[in-house]
Amino acid sequence: MVENRPWANFFAHLTLMLGVAVVVFPVYVALVASTQAPGDLLRGTLPMLPGAHGIENFTRMWQSGVSNAGAPPAGTMLWNSFIMAMAITVGKLSISLLSAFAIVYFRFRFRMFFFWLIFITLMLPVEVRIIPTFQVVADLNMLNSFAGLSIPLIASATATFLFRQFFMTIPEEMLEAARVDGAGPLKFFKDILMPLSITNIAALFVIMFIYGWNQYLWPLLITTDPDYYTIVMGIQRMTSEENPQWHLIMAAVVMAALPPVLVILFMQRLFVKGLTETEK
Amino acid sequence: MQTKRMTFPGRFLPYALLAPQVIVTLIFFIWPAGQALYQSLLREDAFGLRTTFVGLENFSRLFRDGNYLNSLSVTAIFAIGTTLLSMAAALLLACTVNRMIRSRSTYTTLLVWPYAIAPAIAGVLWWFIFNPSIGIVPYMLDMVGYQWNHRTSGADAMLLVIFAAAWKQISYNFLFFLAGLQSIPQSLIEAAAIDGASPMKRFWTIVFPLLSPTTFFLMVVNVVYAMFDTFGIIHATTQGGPAQATNTLVYKVYADGFVGLNLGSSAAQSVILMVIVVALTVVQFRFIERRVNY
Repeated sequence: MVENRPWANFFAHLTLMLGVAVVVFPVYVALVASTQAPGDLLRGTLPMLPGAHGIENFTRMWQSGVSNAGAPPAGTMLWNSFIMAMAITVGKLSISLLSAFAIVYFRFRFRMFFFWLIFITLMLPVEVRIIPTFQVVADLNMLNSFAGLSIPLIASATATFLFRQFFMTIPEEMLEAARVDGAGPLKFFKDILMPLSITNIAALFVIMFIYGWNQYLWPLLITTDPDYYTIVMGIQRMTSEENPQWHLIMAAVVMAALPPVLVILFMQRLFVKGLTETEK
Repeated sequence: MQTKRMTFPGRFLPYALLAPQVIVTLIFFIWPAGQALYQSLLREDAFGLRTTFVGLENFSRLFRDGNYLNSLSVTAIFAIGTTLLSMAAALLLACTVNRMIRSRSTYTTLLVWPYAIAPAIAGVLWWFIFNPSIGIVPYMLDMVGYQWNHRTSGADAMLLVIFAAAWKQISYNFLFFLAGLQSIPQSLIEAAAIDGASPMKRFWTIVFPLLSPTTFFLMVVNVVYAMFDTFGIIHATTQGGPAQATNTLVYKVYADGFVGLNLGSSAAQSVILMVIVVALTVVQFRFIERRVNY
């Protein structure tokens, strides 16, 4: 700040508070709605203060769900979401670490070919090639399984690039010293590269976890068995019925949003690092 | 492309290390993309019994189809609206937060978390707020005499999905604008202040031009986001309606393929979208090269 202008400061805080209010408003409304009794939301106007039925709604949603809308208990769906997000994250990180290692630390035939093959995946979001991918997964008998939910989404050019970029900045002397001491490639990878990349891995972990948790179209298509529903798609199933039970839906919305939001709030530094570096 | 000066010898090991990624890529990316290309040249009859090779007819049909042309313009309006709204809001917030010293990190924390919310959830939240019978915003709009109904009015539905999409994207744009603002040398701004330039003048003549690389980068990212990552918002709320008013290209690929079972046309749309993504990616990468080199 260059000069002191009390009025400008006042308006700056006012703008920011308005901004924060707009950003928080939809979630506040969801929280309020999730604490109302079933009838309260049908009376025309939505109350602006929390009601007294929060615990009741959350336990109902957690334990039994809205079974007539084909939505299993939120506990199951949250667990499925967690497994899917973790499988996608760990899968993406491990295959990209390995392939970036191969591309940077080895010379072999078709290296450029493989590099471009991986690069192409950057350009094909799952939404674009959805039907053929669905057919492939159906042919492989992977519908309604955690493998089908996660494996098609784990190929990631972004993570491979980031690790390649990072490996290129590691001093040559590291490798020379390791080789003089007689370390083989796998030992070098495990004892030198991995510890050096730990911050990058953690930052990407945050981004990938959110990506995995928020998957929507893919689980929607390949799961027909409620045992494999994830929370984000389960909510859509509940809103699309005739008389949506908004107090329960909003309880599910809060539960679905909480894990990734907590991840961002508690790992903000890593999140910002991951976000700014994956998009460079 | 460079490697390290010194590398490991290894005949099979590098292939083994690459194998997992390459296998997943081949099975779940290259093969389906090839299938889409192939199917875009075929037509299935109504019962799915016979397929005939029709060349580029699926494509020429699309560009004569009023619904597809409508979907193109809907996507353009949606992408431009979302990009403008979320970038303008984010720039305002970032500039204001950047003035703050003690409260900067608190405000940042309060503004970044919507990034974590799934597009589909964002859609449901805004759908609920704008719900014509119980929502809070239609209730207030009613008091000033506007009848909000996104179930019948195409314009209302479009506004609804733009709000939801822009709301979710503000945190992303905010973080990048804030990083861009912090890399502008303070001395330039101080010099202008000493010469008597007002805050507004300083913003338009110094800050905004120096921020242009960030702005351009965010424009590309936001257009890509609005075109491809907002499927959840559309599907969880308007489902492309009313009367095709929010039927974006990505949603149409899904609707025509899975609901309408018109595989040839859906595949042709996929191919067009792939061309668009490739073009946008090339733009983005060329720009990044320039930014790194100047």
